[in-house]
Amino acid sequence: MSQKIEISGYNAIPEEPQETLSMNPKKFALWLFIVSIIMIFAAMSSAYIVRKGDGNWLEFELPQVFWTSSVIILLSSITMQWAHHSAKKDNLGMLKISMVITFLLGVAFIIAQYMGWQDLQHRQIWLGGATSNPAGSFLYIMTGLHIFHLVTGIVFLLLVLIATFRDEIHAKAMNRMDMCTTYWHFLDFLWVYLFIFLLINH
Amino acid sequence: MATANLDIHDGAHAHSHDHDHEHEHHELGFIRSYVFSEDHKVIAKQYLITGLIWAFIGGFLSILFRIQLGFPEAKLFWLKPLLGGWIDDSGKLDANFYLALVTMHGTIMVFFVLTAGLSGTFSNYLIPLQVGARDMASGFMNMLSFWFFFLSSVLMFGSLFLSTGPAGGGWTVYPPLSAVKTANPGSEMGMTLWLVSMAFFIVSQLLGGVNYVTTVINLRTRGMSFSRLPLTVWAFFITAIIGLLSFPVLFSAALLLIFDREFHTSFFLSDLYVAGQALDNRGGSPILFQHLFWFLGHPEVYIVLLPALGITSEIIATNSRKPIFGYRAMIVSMLAIMVLSFIVWAHHMFVTGMNPFLGSIFMFLTLIIAVPSAVKAFNYITTLWRGNIVFTPAMLFSIGLVSLFISGGLTGVALGNSAIDIQLHDTYFVVAHFHLVMGSASFFGMMAGVYHWFPKMFGRMMDEKLGYVHFWMTFIGVYMVFFPMHYIGIAGFPRRYYSFTNFDFSKSFTDLNMFISIAAIVTFSSQLIFAFNFFYSIFKGRKAPQNPWHSTTLEWTAPVNPGHGNWVGEIPTVYRWPYDYSKPGAQEDFIPQTVPYAATPESNLPHEIDDEELYTDTPEVKSAH
Repeated sequence: MSQKIEISGYNAIPEEPQETLSMNPKKFALWLFIVSIIMIFAAMSSAYIVRKGDGNWLEFELPQVFWTSSVIILLSSITMQWAHHSAKKDNLGMLKISMVITFLLGVAFIIAQYMGWQDLQHRQIWLGGATSNPAGSFLYIMTGLHIFHLVTGIVFLLLVLIATFRDEIHAKAMNRMDMCTTYWHFLDFLWVYLFIFLLINH
Repeated sequence: MATANLDIHDGAHAHSHDHDHEHEHHELGFIRSYVFSEDHKVIAKQYLITGLIWAFIGGFLSILFRIQLGFPEAKLFWLKPLLGGWIDDSGKLDANFYLALVTMHGTIMVFFVLTAGLSGTFSNYLIPLQVGARDMASGFMNMLSFWFFFLSSVLMFGSLFLSTGPAGGGWTVYPPLSAVKTANPGSEMGMTLWLVSMAFFIVSQLLGGVNYVTTVINLRTRGMSFSRLPLTVWAFFITAIIGLLSFPVLFSAALLLIFDREFHTSFFLSDLYVAGQALDNRGGSPILFQHLFWFLGHPEVYIVLLPALGITSEIIATNSRKPIFGYRAMIVSMLAIMVLSFIVWAHHMFVTGMNPFLGSIFMFLTLIIAVPSAVKAFNYITTLWRGNIVFTPAMLFSIGLVSLFISGGLTGVALGNSAIDIQLHDTYFVVAHFHLVMGSASFFGMMAGVYHWFPKMFGRMMDEKLGYVHFWMTFIGVYMVFFPMHYIGIAGFPRRYYSFTNFDFSKSFTDLNMFISIAAIVTFSSQLIFAFNFFYSIFKGRKAPQNPWHSTTLEWTAPVNPGHGNWVGEIPTVYRWPYDYSKPGAQEDFIPQTVPYAATPESNLPHEIDDEELYTDTPEVKSAH
């Protein structure tokens, strides 16, 4: 102990304060937004389960087209990753092609979801009104909320797409591309989660 | 240098370089500097002043319904110029408007004053200044956060002037009152505006919360490890995390409620008759809404309280001239409160027909919160114990907070019991409990923060004497208002009732109610002293020195009126924790965080030299070993 106190005489040595842990704040903020979106859907899922447990629950088959839309969105994730990879390798031609394909697949997904809603309406499953049941209402709202977030994803995608055509995205400027890829994969994951959840609990 | 630092944070956007450059070297116009500002300090002041205006509006609404409760026979024609048709021909306050008043009082105080006004102000102001950052992670998002709040404020304020009145179903907006438009005049347009306003409010809170968390984690200056963060920043950080996790759930609940109201879904409605007419809603569950609401609603209590506790930690340590007692215990107890706050929501619902076994689990979890809360109260008292206490107005308000936190918290232990709750649920006992522990305690934290950081915010000091008068009137007043409510509550009088003179069991409380109302009016009026002091001191107060309270934290190393970017030249580096007050051997009774251990050989403790060895791996030190 006494020896250690003597060391304090050595105060000519300036201590070097350590750098703090940090990552790119914008990417970090995106993850936090993703957390809050997860909480919205967690609330919806738990509300769904609680309400279903109360009984008086309409049983119906999910629209078949949801399988197609799942394939579409999974494919779009692959093309998104392909775009990310191309940007990293400075393969700008491939980047543009894959971004356009991802964008088109995103739009196709929304069309497929809309066809799913039409299918539900043909089977007299309504969002609201005297003949509706919370089982159907929940389905519309959860898929609708997902589509809403997907639209924000498409807007983001479109902004990055424009940036790629201005050659602003390349191996040395990957931030926006990284964030767009993260968000898009998240939206894909969110749909897969929702679909499995609905398959199990419908 | 400033530009270089911003660049590190701004990362890959090459083009943003020029943008930041401009910020540093050109004067911004009036609109960009004071209205649509991206500077965290200006945004904090915007939040503060909006929050204070809301506090006066919310307080005034409570005076209106206190007049009704304290003087049920009074003729209120003199209020006619203000309230117009809400005073009926016999001079009585309209009963529906009374319900709207309590609803708006709750909404305004909980969300606009104690969430936006408290956490919005001090998180924005103190996080960058105390962690050593030029600004928030995203100034633009921060600006959006305030303006979404402002938009939500305008909508809520507008709803006060509707001919059908603002929302009247209580601040908890339980369906069916809130979902069925014919339930109450306020359930029409008033409720619609409430929901839209709250949706914007949630967006504002999420934008703010994302910014606070990102800034605390990513923009700390060199040396500012998590174990050197001031407890204020810890509190704001934990508050922001709670907000990020709970506000989206309220959003879901509000969304489903909007669909029930506008698109005839039946999430929360089932088998209802209104005025003899059956509604066509089938299969919904109003209890479901309560679950969703309280999953936000309970954490919201801590969103309101934790910033106040953080501010108190800082002020009590500074003005006791002592290190905070149990720094790590404070952090751990705040983290424990955060976790527990998410798993106790159903204690608001003990009497909804919940399975008693489930109730006992929620009761158990609720009572556990007493443990971290007691740790915090204990630590405040032990920090004060034998301290060299300086009684500034901020310190008085902080000590007042500790008092209110204890006296209000104790009744929480009683209310948390699911059996006792059967008697006390929705009575004035609950009103007394949460007004002391959440309302007044948080309000005291906010006032303490304003008095303490006013010199930093406006470069001038507030008048101390007026501060003392304000404190004692408020402190005594708050107890006079809320303590008697416990008795009324134990007697079983329910909250939100328009009139208590209609019932035999409650007639005898007329005098007590009159007493409460008079105390409330006096307490509210004494806030005008604060308002005068606040606005007068902004322009005419005594000029503040750089570090008026001899505090250790980083914000006091910035210039008296910090400009955009906070520090001139390099951002200071941090070498020690923020509570080196009255360190044995030290020359002064405080050592700022920016002073290296090497400069204070006379006061270094053995383990601090060890630390030094760890990160100076120099041969000299080794040989000295």
